[in-house]
Amino acid sequence: MLTILFDGIAYGMLLFVLACGLAVTLGLMNFVNLAHGAFAMAGGYVTAVLMNRHGVPFLATLPLAFIVPALIGLVLERTLYKRLYARSHLDQVLFSIGLVFMAVAAIDYSMGSQQQLIQLPSWLQGRVEILGIQVGLYRSFIIAVCGALVVALQLILTKTRFGSRLRAAVDDPRVARGLGINVSLIFAATFAVGSGLAGLGGALGAEILGLDPTFPLKFMIYFLIVVTVGGTTSITGPFLASLLLGIADVAGKYYVPSVGAFVIYTLMIVVLVLRPQGLFDRAR
Amino acid sequence: MLSNTADSVRASLNRRGRWKIGEIAFWLVAASTLFLLPERHLILNEIAIIGLFALSLDLILGYAGIVSLGHAAFFGLGAYAAGILARDGFADPLLGLGVAAIAAAVLGFVTSFLVLRGSDLTKLMVTLGVALVLGEIANQASWLTGGADGLQGIAMGPILGLFEFDIFGTTAYTYSLVVTFLLFVVARRIVVSPYGLSLRSIRDNALRARAVGIPVNRRLVAIYTLSAAYAGVAGALLAQTTQFVSLDVLAFHRSADVMLVLVIGGVGYLYGGLIGAIIFKVLQDVISAWTPQYWQFWIGLILVLIVLAGRERLTERVRALWPRSRGRTVDRPQPLTTTPAREV
Repeated sequence: MLTILFDGIAYGMLLFVLACGLAVTLGLMNFVNLAHGAFAMAGGYVTAVLMNRHGVPFLATLPLAFIVPALIGLVLERTLYKRLYARSHLDQVLFSIGLVFMAVAAIDYSMGSQQQLIQLPSWLQGRVEILGIQVGLYRSFIIAVCGALVVALQLILTKTRFGSRLRAAVDDPRVARGLGINVSLIFAATFAVGSGLAGLGGALGAEILGLDPTFPLKFMIYFLIVVTVGGTTSITGPFLASLLLGIADVAGKYYVPSVGAFVIYTLMIVVLVLRPQGLFDRAR
Repeated sequence: MLSNTADSVRASLNRRGRWKIGEIAFWLVAASTLFLLPERHLILNEIAIIGLFALSLDLILGYAGIVSLGHAAFFGLGAYAAGILARDGFADPLLGLGVAAIAAAVLGFVTSFLVLRGSDLTKLMVTLGVALVLGEIANQASWLTGGADGLQGIAMGPILGLFEFDIFGTTAYTYSLVVTFLLFVVARRIVVSPYGLSLRSIRDNALRARAVGIPVNRRLVAIYTLSAAYAGVAGALLAQTTQFVSLDVLAFHRSADVMLVLVIGGVGYLYGGLIGAIIFKVLQDVISAWTPQYWQFWIGLILVLIVLAGRERLTERVRALWPRSRGRTVDRPQPLTTTPAREV
């Protein structure tokens, strides 16, 4: 029971790191980016390739799994995404679905369609018993890393100058621009960081979520659930939503495997119908 | 004054309702492929079905402005309804079409109330969620649907008791084409009616439409239900002519593909879906003959390029090729520059 709760929390933390970039994209520029999972996949593949082909240790690949997707995100944002901010949602959806298709086929072509396996270092394998609970070492590692990231993100958002500019831009881009804040620069930086975090999440999650070319399509719905259910005005909303989703998903698959996936989708529909602005947001 | 406006609207609708030479030529060419391309009937059949499916999406996307990522839900439901009916001994194709249409319409009616709430993003998520839930149901209820193995053992009877399905797809294509044509005529009638006009005004500005007294929600529910029924019929056609249904009919890529079809052909005019279906299938045929595994990449690239190049402009160009509709694009009133009103 508690083990499931623990696994669910680890899973939820992972989902949060994967999806928080999307929360900013959707919240800040109102851009429906279905291609977010492609950045996560990029991070996962960076780790897998470095470990399996070049023998780089797991921990050393993680910074690269952040940097590479962040750079890709930055380049794409400056060249392509930027042009679509003012377009309709339909255009954005079509554009990002096109990107997903391209990413899926490109990875399939260059890496093959099989699952990528990564060999965790030995000190992260296995389980230990703490206070009568079976605790996976790797999952505790994930919780520690993701927890640190959450705290860091929260501090950056609330305590730094960059954070307050970002929040100002989220609240009202026009006024923020009027006050001399370079909104487009802030957005480029945030987009890059969000993509990088997704990549990091993809790398950390390769062991738990699996990693193959269809990753962006498989998990797209999860990211969207986190963001729409959590709301986009703060990071606590998506954080709580991803914890809920993680626990519900793990528990659902464990206790009622035959209806596991229904529970989540049905819950999502119910939440969206009752509170279209998200579970933790006040209606504007 | 009032009657003048009413008269001029009526006249303009009548003018739009008239069949143009280009349109008649389009359907004549479509009919002539029955005789001219006898060895291509299987793929032509698919084109007709996808065309009808895209047409149904156009009704809500192009005319009512509802962005849906889960239109495959209705397509799949129709396919399964027709397939299960045929498997259990009711082999009459037209009965299957009717049941599929009704089943999809009921689902469309029920879910329309969920879809009409919230922003574009909420609509996307809810439509996607409905399709995913249906996909899960089809996957789990394997006693009914065959689950991941697909629905097997569909045996169709002759259409109207006269025409047997053959292996070359000739009957199938004729059947799909006739059904598509008939439904097209109905849809065409609807979009040039005052009702169709009110839908377009809702798409352009829902707040103003409500202000001039159009019952926005009722209109949207009606068109969503109709569109669902159309998609159900398209699914039923697929199930009946291929005599097989798999989980694939409910998959996400089907919703994405149909959107792509519609976008290639152009959103907001009924031929968009049909033309898009032709281009899409031919492209798919060519590309997958060239690189069988990775055709998705090129489809994705096309999608990205279309969006970057500007969908609207491309559509306008295609429309300008249409001989007599050029006048239509010109005398269409330019949309007023609107200030987006935030709902309080």
